[in-house]
Amino acid sequence: MSGFELTEEQREIVAAVRDFVDRDVVPHASDFEHADEFPTQMVETMRDMGLFGTTIPEEYGGLGLGLDTYAMIIMELSRGWVTLSGILNGSFIAAWMIRLHGTDEQRQKFLPQLASCEIRAAFSMTEPHAGSDVQSILMTAERDGDEYVLNGQKMWVTNGWRSGLIMLLAKTDPTTDPPHKGMTGFIVEKEPETNPDGLTIPMPGLKKLGYKGVESTELVFDDFRTPASSILGGEAGIGNGFQYFMSGIEAGRVNVAARGAGLAEAALNDSLQYAQEREAFGKPIGHHQAVQLMLAKMATRAEAARLLTLQAAQKKQAGGRADLEAGMAKYFATEAAQENSTDALRIHGGYGYSLEYRPERYYRDAPLLMIGEGSNEIQQLIIARRLLERHKV
Amino acid sequence: MNQGDTNAIEAALRLKEAAGDCEVVLVSMGPDDAINSLRKGLAMGADRATLVSDTGAAGSDIVGTTNVLAAVLTHETPDLILFGQQSADSDGAVLWAAVADRLRQPVISQATSLDLSEGKATVKRQTEYGYDVIEAPLPCVIAVSDGINEPRYPSLKGIMGAKKKPQAIVTLESLGVGAEQAGTAGSRTEVKSLNDPPARGDSQLIEGDGEAAARVLAFLNEKKLT
Ligand SMILES: Cc1cc2nc3c(=O)[nH]c(=O)nc-3n(C[C@H](O)[C@H](O)[C@H](O)COP(=O)(O)OP(=O)(O)OC[C@H]3O[C@@H](n4cnc5c(N)ncnc54)[C@H](O)[C@@H]3O)c2cc1C
Repeated sequence: MSGFELTEEQREIVAAVRDFVDRDVVPHASDFEHADEFPTQMVETMRDMGLFGTTIPEEYGGLGLGLDTYAMIIMELSRGWVTLSGILNGSFIAAWMIRLHGTDEQRQKFLPQLASCEIRAAFSMTEPHAGSDVQSILMTAERDGDEYVLNGQKMWVTNGWRSGLIMLLAKTDPTTDPPHKGMTGFIVEKEPETNPDGLTIPMPGLKKLGYKGVESTELVFDDFRTPASSILGGEAGIGNGFQYFMSGIEAGRVNVAARGAGLAEAALNDSLQYAQEREAFGKPIGHHQAVQLMLAKMATRAEAARLLTLQAAQKKQAGGRADLEAGMAKYFATEAAQENSTDALRIHGGYGYSLEYRPERYYRDAPLLMIGEGSNEIQQLIIARRLLERHKV
Repeated sequence: MNQGDTNAIEAALRLKEAAGDCEVVLVSMGPDDAINSLRKGLAMGADRATLVSDTGAAGSDIVGTTNVLAAVLTHETPDLILFGQQSADSDGAVLWAAVADRLRQPVISQATSLDLSEGKATVKRQTEYGYDVIEAPLPCVIAVSDGINEPRYPSLKGIMGAKKKPQAIVTLESLGVGAEQAGTAGSRTEVKSLNDPPARGDSQLIEGDGEAAARVLAFLNEKKLT
């Protein structure tokens, strides 16, 4: 474990977030989730703690901490409620992309607002007919003087309604082959919780199995106008959107891996406790070997998920390509979350099926992690491709 | 850090935020690594910390501890001394009273609200039946209850900045506390043994057999509780 000794500062940061999660999140998360209610107070505390600025450089009002520290924070939040990490993640990815690919002006303008959580952000790539196959998106952005006119429909935009900024991928040149060369990223500004001219955001958002409390919406663009200055990376960014969004989603993958690791740990912790409290056939169920086997597997998965996630975070942080590591972490940690939540359900017996206990929430939240930020099938393809490249004969 | 102490720090920080020109200083006695606990208070927003760490202070009972803390506080001359209501280990809830006595200052405990104005503290003290409103001239000692506030979480920025805040580790000698006043030598009590609380007296289980209410009533009457 030597590469993953926490620094004193990381330990203190994790302890503070853990304290918040134990005191303010765990006791209330299921109630909010069942009511599909946005956790305003929790988000305010996250803002006051400075979590939105974690990875944003200090010169822009953030804390300039690494992706590994961010991943540790996400694990803790997700241990309490995955939705909180989803609320943070839109702003995290936007800041990540603007920092790496934005113009100086865009950095100066948006990074301080994102760091202080004055505005929150959404990331919008997916369309109704195109998720994994990003290159087949249809959304167009046509130049008209100093503006671009956006038309098309986006789908599954988490934070779509409450955000003040949307990172949006559109086609500025629909004729290129391959299509990705005609794609450009936009930083679309809007007033939160409104339908601006040319943009309709149907609310309430899409109905979901889990991941409730934060809205995932459609965005319907109909001659929506955004200034040319909103192109991510300025004029030089035209045609580079696909690449920018892929780098954003790669950082996002580490974040989803961290959610998986956090959820896997939550399922384990609840099970460890329940296995000692619940008795069957004259002894705590944790003394029955079948339950012990599950606990052992759960703990191993949770620990491996954590380590793969931290490894990917450190690799990505160091710069350079990290798709193999991020892919492995995302794939393994989110499958671990799914398997641990299923085992937690088994260990809790009938109470695992009850809304009074938490495993049912874990069980509904985990599948999203296997689908979002690049499905786990796609992750396996990335891993295999990368391996074949590396080990060419 | 004791939960009660985080309430005291929160109360101090709120007073500072309202008053502006003042300083929140954390004071503790303990081994060197107690500075890590104090750093959490610095991360919450306190300005500096003083820890008395000295092998000569090990084993201090309340008398020894009071001698040491009173020495630091005499040195600091604060306008207000805040304590948590009780410690998490032994749930003593006496130290603040002893320190106040040693400093010859007024003391108010179980504070659920606290206002400072015109050189005096006004405190609502929680009692079994409601509240007492008590005033005391400053300087004074106040022990806050856990109901006084909801302690803030340290911000990431606070955590990162805490290390750079002044943290003094001082010895008994530098405080002018003699060896005979602290540690086992300065203590006046000796723990002979520790035992579990005695088992509760006989309990009586009244089952719902149709007569239960009458039997509960008879029991209460017998105990003169009706
Ligand atoms: C709750 C929620 C929130 C979301 N939030 C956002 C968001 O904020 N922003 C955003 O842009 N998107 C978001 N998404 C969309 C998400 O990223 C997509 O759902 C995901 O990328 C999968 O795309 P799809 O749903 O179109 O499935 P498809 O791409 O249609 O995939 C269907 C199945 O086919 C498999 N498959 C597809 N292609 C291949 C292949 N080449 N080889 C093998 N298998 C393949 C997939 O793995 C999957 O099993 C969200 C989705 C959900 C459910």
